[in-house]
Amino acid sequence: MTDTTLAVPLAGGDGHRTRAAGATVEFRALRRAFGATVALDGLDLTVRPGELLALLGPSGCGKTTALRMLAGFEHPDSGLVLVDGEDVTGVPAHRRDTGMVFQSYSLFPHLNALDNVAFGLRMRKVGAAERRARAAELLELVGLPDHGSRYPHQLSGGQQQRIALARALALRPRVLLLDEPLSALDAKVRLTLREEIRRLQQELGITTLFVTHDQEEALSMADRVAVMRGGRLEQCATPAELYARPATAFVAEFVGTMSRIPGRVVDGGTVEVLGRRLPVDGEAPAVAGGEVDVLVRPEAVRLSHDPAGRARVVATAFLGAVTRVTVTLPGGTPVKADLPTESAAALPPGSAVAVDLPDRPVLVAPRAA
Amino acid sequence: MTSSTTTLTGPAAAAAVPVRRHRSAGWIAVAPLLAFVALSFGAPALAMLGGAFTARDPATGATSYTTANFAASLHGAYLTALLGSVKLSAVSAGIAAVLGLLLAQAVVTSRFRALREAVLTASGVLANFGGVPLAFAFVATLGNSGVLTRQLGLARHGWDLYSFWGLTLTYLYFLIPLMVLTVTPALDGLRSQWREAAQNNGATGAQYWRHVALPVLAPSLLGGLVLLFGSAFAAYATAAAMVGSSVPLVTLQIADAISGNVLLGQENVALALSLDMVAVACLVMAVYLPLQRRSARWLD
Ligand SMILES: Nc1ncnc2c1ncn2[C@@H]1O[C@H](COP(=O)(O)OP(=O)(O)O)[C@@H](O)[C@H]1O
Ligand SMILES: [Mg+2]
Repeated sequence: MTDTTLAVPLAGGDGHRTRAAGATVEFRALRRAFGATVALDGLDLTVRPGELLALLGPSGCGKTTALRMLAGFEHPDSGLVLVDGEDVTGVPAHRRDTGMVFQSYSLFPHLNALDNVAFGLRMRKVGAAERRARAAELLELVGLPDHGSRYPHQLSGGQQQRIALARALALRPRVLLLDEPLSALDAKVRLTLREEIRRLQQELGITTLFVTHDQEEALSMADRVAVMRGGRLEQCATPAELYARPATAFVAEFVGTMSRIPGRVVDGGTVEVLGRRLPVDGEAPAVAGGEVDVLVRPEAVRLSHDPAGRARVVATAFLGAVTRVTVTLPGGTPVKADLPTESAAALPPGSAVAVDLPDRPVLVAPRAA
Repeated sequence: MTSSTTTLTGPAAAAAVPVRRHRSAGWIAVAPLLAFVALSFGAPALAMLGGAFTARDPATGATSYTTANFAASLHGAYLTALLGSVKLSAVSAGIAAVLGLLLAQAVVTSRFRALREAVLTASGVLANFGGVPLAFAFVATLGNSGVLTRQLGLARHGWDLYSFWGLTLTYLYFLIPLMVLTVTPALDGLRSQWREAAQNNGATGAQYWRHVALPVLAPSLLGGLVLLFGSAFAAYATAAAMVGSSVPLVTLQIADAISGNVLLGQENVALALSLDMVAVACLVMAVYLPLQRRSARWLD
């Protein structure tokens, strides 16, 4: 079958693989329902060659389903999956040319690490000596050159995921798929493995889809982040853009921290909040009476010590250089503000403060119930 | 039967981690159990061993040491019966293992929970449905004048329930459910990720079974096979009620020898035959244990 591609050295040395910078993946109007549950509701998304795209969204929004459609484990009710412009919707899973890393426990328990990695090569009838050599090379690549003879249950969770990654790369797939590969690991391992996956991905230049519900993970690893909600794409942008210019209130609140401050739309483009008038970013929602919430990031909120202020500090949390101060507005609305730690020291819980916003356009959303 | 107890040392038992620190305390705790086992299994075994090597003079009642019982138990009709039992057990266990695995797999992958419950409950009942009732059910349906035999004219096609294959079919009736019960938990233990990971690495369905599912199931399958063999080997009542002695079986011969149906004074030959059965069981274990250890190597 694709034995010819296997003749190319894997990675490292002069054989650094630049395979035309990976493949393009397109989801076109994908729909899939499981009984009454609509898992994908017209998903449109394009993954660029060689990029790491994170699929981010709350649990049950269809991330896994989208990934499994690309791997061929799931089939759309309607819509297309294209790889390099070619419709793969009808291609069976074992000929999809994708490498998948599952959330956990996916290594074959009866094979040692080396044989797990070499499994695909064995299925393709690659000779024993050659596949052992290649598997050893892959183990080296994921930093476990001495663990080839261990069985899965003799490996830690992090090591198992490294082996799973090596196995997913063994057949040099055009696309690498990772379905929450770090979520079963403890925090420290998660951080190192995160960096390592990113390094490998960039080294190999392989188009990668990374599913996660952890926004920090998505923002720190990905070239672009696709935020999903209810089986649809909400926004797909670089981490910086997603954070600074969220397209919707959902994205704004899902990515990073947001506080909601009650305000009122006075005319189409202006909102009255905290006794000031600020321009609305984008289109203001048409709400009866103009009652809306203004969405603000903690770093945009300014607090000043003011005995006449009507807001009260209720809690402070030390985060290093900054301290996150939570205050409540007169109506009881909580607002979070990040202050330099030294100025936050002057605002112990109970202090009266004044809350202010910078003179910039703000996002508004219909008033939360 | 000795073989049925050992099947429990499957993957689950092998995966258990030994606790070393309280070893001495552990021994004290199991001592009563060991004593009980030694007494209840050891005493009859010793009696059997003694009896098998003893001859009693019918006139004087004096006993003497002899290997004649053994020699007799491995000759003529007795040998034929022993081999017949081994063959019947091996064939019926083999067929039941394959069919039981297929049935269990169908049940495990079925989307209908009710079907699964029904098959498992029925298996629990049928696995213990041996003996005279089973024999009667088969005689009534597939015997010489059974319902099906007459309606379908099976006799014309050479069907005979009172033959080797007739008996095999009857045994399958409780062996297949036994296999379903044994292998269903193991099939449940096969993770869907393994199949998908295999497919993702280019394996076809057949390759998945050949390279992943069957090797992972191997310890359970081997255990099930031995359990089935033992169950068939030790079965007596079904065969006795059904075929009399038209199919030579060692359990039937033992019963005949003890009751003196054919010849008087054969009790000690019966004991020798029992010892032969134990020897067969040991042989089976001698083949099974290394295979089991090899197939479960990855569990250590
Ligand atoms: N095989 C399935 N059968 C029934 N419902 C499913 C199946 N797979 C997914 N779903 C449902 O589809 C929705 C989306 O699932 P999924 O793609 O796994 O979400 P995510 O990975 O974003 O958490 C969920 O409501 C889930 O319950
Ligand atoms: Mg998921």
